[in-house]
Amino acid sequence: MKNSRRSFLKISGLSALSLSSLSIGNVLASSAGVTNTSPIGDASVKPEALQAKKWAMVVDVKKLAENKRYEACIEICHKIHNVPNMPNKRHEVKWIWEDEFKHVFPGQEHEHIPDEFKEIPFLVLCNHCENPSCVQACPTKATFKRDDGIVLMDFHRCIGCRFCMAACPYGSRSFNFFDPRPFIEEVNPEFPTRMKGVVEKCNFCAERLAKGQQPACVEVSEGALIFGDLGDHESEVSQILKKRFAIRRKPNLGSGPQIYYLV
Amino acid sequence: MQKNKMYDKEKVLAGLTIFVIIVTFPFWYNMGKAAPAPEIKLSDKAKAAKVCVAPKSFMTAEHMQILDVWRESVVRNKKRLYSSLDGKNYNMSLSTGEDSCIGCHVSKADFCDRCHTYASVRPYCWDCHIEPKENK
Ligand code: HEC
Ligand code: HEC
Ligand code: HEC
Repeated sequence: MKNSRRSFLKISGLSALSLSSLSIGNVLASSAGVTNTSPIGDASVKPEALQAKKWAMVVDVKKLAENKRYEACIEICHKIHNVPNMPNKRHEVKWIWEDEFKHVFPGQEHEHIPDEFKEIPFLVLCNHCENPSCVQACPTKATFKRDDGIVLMDFHRCIGCRFCMAACPYGSRSFNFFDPRPFIEEVNPEFPTRMKGVVEKCNFCAERLAKGQQPACVEVSEGALIFGDLGDHESEVSQILKKRFAIRRKPNLGSGPQIYYLV
Repeated sequence: MQKNKMYDKEKVLAGLTIFVIIVTFPFWYNMGKAAPAPEIKLSDKAKAAKVCVAPKSFMTAEHMQILDVWRESVVRNKKRLYSSLDGKNYNMSLSTGEDSCIGCHVSKADFCDRCHTYASVRPYCWDCHIEPKENK
């Protein structure tokens, strides 16, 4: 019993040493022998996907007013993307909607605007800006700009801080104050819904472009919406903008909106 | 030898015994009651396909890893086509299409949930991704 403290220290020192050398040995062995080949395969872009340098949309305002397809555009978009129809306007969620000239182009209205422009609805959606303020505001990079110009949301990263909503000059973003599921009439199983507490907006139909399809609103617009690559001078959108005068929303902000309205 | 005398031997020993019993209580209380490992049912579709998108041992332990890689690839890098190491192509998706995870493992209840309930994990993916309609 006299030497008990000394022998206790000796034994515990020895066991600590042997334990640590064991684990060091393990680490050495595993880093020496094993090569790091991942069993995960490769990812690539599907061959049928539509690709561009800079996606943009042209809205033929008069044509749309004539063929009255705006409701069809809104309906198809909200249906395929499971956008809920909230009963309370303050909780509204929208990806594409209609508004009047004085709201869409504030500062450009005056008394002598032709009546037709005062009355017809304008289709508005995310402008997929060249210089998007929402992307700069997002603290988690949940909103980002793809190399083809689409300003996209990664819902997996959205923490619902709503800085992007404050930053967007076009009101293109909506917040899910509630679980949207009960407010979706018929859920489209081909696209995930969102959940309470995330922001959402138009994605320029990224999931359709990946399958080689045009955006849904363009498809049902009967020619009033034209979608294409502004990085390609031969594309239909480039050709139209060369020939006809188009205006953009709040261009003086420098955000570089990519939705062009033919007037 | 006076030094080695233990004072209040009975009380100390009784106290020690009670202490040991209390500390080990959870172990012997649960003895023999361990829940059996869950039995997962492979769907007929998965049986027909024979292989998963990566080797089984990897999938069992690291499937959340591959899901993370997939969503990053699809949402952020535009790449939606997956080729496994054994040369098969899949549409990279958790919940949509025939060759998504749920398109092949068609019953979430008999497959994913069996393990997850056992392991007490509740992936929040299904708040947004649409669960298959189970044909119970
Ligand atoms: C085309 C069909 C198919 C697809 C798609 C598929 N799997 Fe599998 N999966 C299988 C098969 C078959 C097995 C069993 C493999 C075996 O037994 O060797 C399996 C095994 C597994 C296992 C291991 C089960 C166990 O017994 O331990 C997990 C976990 C799993 N898959 C998850 C997934 C996830 C997650 C995805 C999507 C990323 C996915 N699978 C996509 C067919 C598929
Ligand atoms: C062999 C059993 C098993 C099967 C089958 C299985 N899982 Fe899992 N899964 C687990 C375990 C265990 C964890 C927790 C791992 C951890 O926390 O480290 C987990 C975790 C996850 C996570 C991460 C959850 C989180 O909160 O981090 C996801 C996502 C997931 N599983 C999806 C699936 C899907 C989808 C399927 C069906 C296609 C599936 N799993 C089938 C055992 C399984
Ligand atoms: C807030 C809603 C939300 C949540 C929660 C969510 N996702 Fe997603 N996820 C989406 C949306 C929206 C897409 C984009 C679909 C597209 O572009 O085709 C997506 C895409 C994906 C994709 C690629 C495409 C596809 O169809 O699956 C994967 C893989 C994925 N998510 C995995 C997960 C996993 C794993 C979880 C849970 C750990 C999860 N997601 C949770 C909304 C969500």
